[in-house]
Amino acid sequence: MNVTLFITCYNDTLFPATGKAVVAVLERLGHTVDFPQAQTCCGQMHYNTGYQNDARHMMMHFLKVFRDAEIVCVPSASCVAMMREHFPKMAAAMPDAAVGRDVTAMLPRVYEFCELLVDKLRSVDTGATFPHTVTLHSTCHSLRGTKIGERPLQLLRAVRGLSYVELPQADQCCGFGGTFSIKNADVSAALLSDKVRAILDTQAEVCTAVDNSCLMHIGGALSRQRAGVRCLHLAEILASTSGEPA
Amino acid sequence: MSAAPLDSKQEILERIRKAVDSVGNRAAEYAAIPREYRREGAMAAEAKMELFAARLYDYGTSVYRCTTAQIADAVAQALSARRRTGIVVAHGVPASWLPENFEFVEDDGLSYTALDASNGVLTGCELAVAFTGTIILRHGPGQPRRAVTLVPDYHLCVVRAQQVAETLPEAIRRVEEFRSTPLTTISGPSATSDIEMTRVKGVHGPRTLDVVLVS
Amino acid sequence: MSVRVGKAAEAPTFAQAARGMLGNAQLRHNVRHATDVIRARRAHAVGETADWQQLRDSARAIKDHVLRHLDTYLEQFETACKAAGGKVHWARDADEANTAIVDIIRSHGGTEVIKVKTMTSDETGLNPALEAAGITPIETDLADLIIQLGADKPSHIVVPALHRNKAEIRRLFMEKMQLPELGERAEDLAGAARRYLRERFLRVPVGLSGANFAIAESGSLCVVESEGNGRMCLSLPKVLVSLVGIEKIIPTFGDLEVFLQLLGRSATGERMNPYNSIWSGVTAGDGPQEFHVVLLDNGRTGVLTEPETRPTLACIRCGACLNICPVYRQTGGHAYGSIYAGPIGAILTPQLQSMKHSQSLPFASTLCGACYEVCPVKIDIPEILLHLRNKVVKSGGAPLAERLAMRFAARAFKNGGRLESAQKLVRIAQKPYVHSGSIERLPGMLANWTQFRDLAAVPAESFRQWWAARQNKEKK
Ligand code: SF4
Repeated sequence: MNVTLFITCYNDTLFPATGKAVVAVLERLGHTVDFPQAQTCCGQMHYNTGYQNDARHMMMHFLKVFRDAEIVCVPSASCVAMMREHFPKMAAAMPDAAVGRDVTAMLPRVYEFCELLVDKLRSVDTGATFPHTVTLHSTCHSLRGTKIGERPLQLLRAVRGLSYVELPQADQCCGFGGTFSIKNADVSAALLSDKVRAILDTQAEVCTAVDNSCLMHIGGALSRQRAGVRCLHLAEILASTSGEPA
Repeated sequence: MSAAPLDSKQEILERIRKAVDSVGNRAAEYAAIPREYRREGAMAAEAKMELFAARLYDYGTSVYRCTTAQIADAVAQALSARRRTGIVVAHGVPASWLPENFEFVEDDGLSYTALDASNGVLTGCELAVAFTGTIILRHGPGQPRRAVTLVPDYHLCVVRAQQVAETLPEAIRRVEEFRSTPLTTISGPSATSDIEMTRVKGVHGPRTLDVVLVS
Repeated sequence: MSVRVGKAAEAPTFAQAARGMLGNAQLRHNVRHATDVIRARRAHAVGETADWQQLRDSARAIKDHVLRHLDTYLEQFETACKAAGGKVHWARDADEANTAIVDIIRSHGGTEVIKVKTMTSDETGLNPALEAAGITPIETDLADLIIQLGADKPSHIVVPALHRNKAEIRRLFMEKMQLPELGERAEDLAGAARRYLRERFLRVPVGLSGANFAIAESGSLCVVESEGNGRMCLSLPKVLVSLVGIEKIIPTFGDLEVFLQLLGRSATGERMNPYNSIWSGVTAGDGPQEFHVVLLDNGRTGVLTEPETRPTLACIRCGACLNICPVYRQTGGHAYGSIYAGPIGAILTPQLQSMKHSQSLPFASTLCGACYEVCPVKIDIPEILLHLRNKVVKSGGAPLAERLAMRFAARAFKNGGRLESAQKLVRIAQKPYVHSGSIERLPGMLANWTQFRDLAAVPAESFRQWWAARQNKEKK
């Protein structure tokens, strides 16, 4: 199948390794990947911070860039949630009814990375090897925004050599919340310290998730504490092989 | 009455009318509200009674099950178990419920102080709900006053089988005709969790509730 | 106009207030414990209710319907209440409500009033108004009594004193109730409150309450409670005054079958709260013989104006959104500067004040969505938060640095080329701060990030550059 990658602005800028991993997994499974260079951002940060006018422009740009894509793969649950929850509402508030139709036509083709693998490509086993102890943070947007639920776990369980440890209170928000982490830094840090404590208690070597935004926040604290626990996007674990380990 | 309150009313209503365009047929709209929740129970009579009794046990209530002919005996049993030699009797309690050898005081408008000093109160009820372990009291003429079911520290309540509904919606429909008289629902004795979330039973209402359940 | 929500207009920003709370270990321990306990109880009670989602759907539909026809239902309520012997007062704002209540109590020469928990009276600042008029309010809900005796502020909608522990309460009771001795168990403390209040229940001739539901067709009020103090205040005094927000209306008595099933389970995790009192007007020979309802607007009609914010008024004050909220769980209620804390407070408090105050509250959320999931009337709180954030930004309420950063980003996101240039710019700008691939200290607004966490440096090659290079290689 031909998959068009929407890498998302922050993965593009800050976490290119995640994008490379997505490409590696999909190509290994025999699919072709396409990356439109014109793409930018889904508008989430602006929308969630109150700059909805700006977000609208980003939505329009997204619709234009991905108009002809058959399957859009997004390795970020929160961006997918943004599209599913807010694109229709933004479109409905616009005078041009064609935008609404574009959104309706676009959304069924948008897949979060795990959804794509499990539901559309039916490839729970990606042929990965990752001989480490891993725990999974279930991000709020993967639980409630996109409802991808158990899919990340299904994928992890198929990875050779991986030993999975459950994260206690995995569904508790890590406290990132986009600009919340700046505007309410103290509360964000308090939530983060609970999350970090839970992660350290599992004795895992690696903490994974389907949102690099949460991982950037969690990983930042683990790094500050020199905790020796790595944060890796799920795609990077799935891309890992014994020849090319993550 | 001064003119000011009227102005406030008009202004509030005006603001509401400006804020919402309440066009559309209100009654039809109300009738179209989805009500897919459970509105009828499905339990057999005995199962329903057992559920109700189980819920009451959960609340720490002692339940005395008996037949109509045994009500007075059950009342005597309950009172003895609580070491009561007498009790106030609310309006609407038939004489046949009262056992011999106990001292019963009719509530003919007893003062709050007298109620406070009493050993408890015996009442019937209007209805009960099995699923939630709820007793519904109706007040007003010929019924127990609110104070008499509240100020005494002990409440003994007689509930008959035909009064027990399985679900709340069934009970609500059955008491609907009394919607303009005061109603009290009781689900277990009064309780608080205000101190460190420790559940303490019995704060201001009757601290002990017993039920005679008649089949 | 004196619309107000307690003293929320003077409160510090959420971030400032929260900082103080986070340092209070006792408070955080108590809040955590309390919310854990209620959450577990709620989950159990909801779990055994097979038709929970259907109940939520109906509740929301009823509330939406009422709000669309609020004028008609309020008038219907007034007519029915009057027919049952009650008196109805309308109050546009807090002062009008307080004045009406003070006048009623004064007309009976009352110097004391027994109160059942009513958040609405905290909203209007009724207690100070009563005291100024020489009337002593006596709070009878155990938690409210703890708050009142300690000259403290409530920190939760349902369990307002959860920030206090047993030892503190014991000390407070011994001092204020003049008890030379008092046991240490919760039972002992509850017993002390029973004795302290009983004499007052039996003696004080004026009662004051709020209401959970006001039934339009019968003009009845319904008060939901656990301790029995409500029943005392509602049935023993000679005169009863109830202060009721106009959004508390439900159309019919039958609608209680929906709300009573939702409220107890959501609020305390009980199948049904121990006591509900329902009454209309006055009943000869039983209960208060004079009854007043004060219907309060105080900013509610403003919330009604926008379809986006209107669902805020569907709230039945169960507190479930507080208990589930990760932010509330860290800070407790005081950080919200208002009687209404947690997610519902974050949307309600600023709106009641026409968005002129408490503007930091809509930002006091990570948008995790847990509140929406538990809300028994399905209020999409995150959605309303976003709407309010947009209002704050549009009215120029956002900090300058943020506005500039957002503008920079918006420009960068116009097309792929611009984004690539911006990425390059950031890579240059970060240089002085990067040490072995990591940033430990940043200036300005971003210091809020690096104060607690490292930031991985922007890598030398973005994904789009890597992709372009790969494509080029393939072509060759
Ligand atoms: S918003 Fe919903 S969950 Fe929160 S208090 Fe109101 S009814 Fe309860």
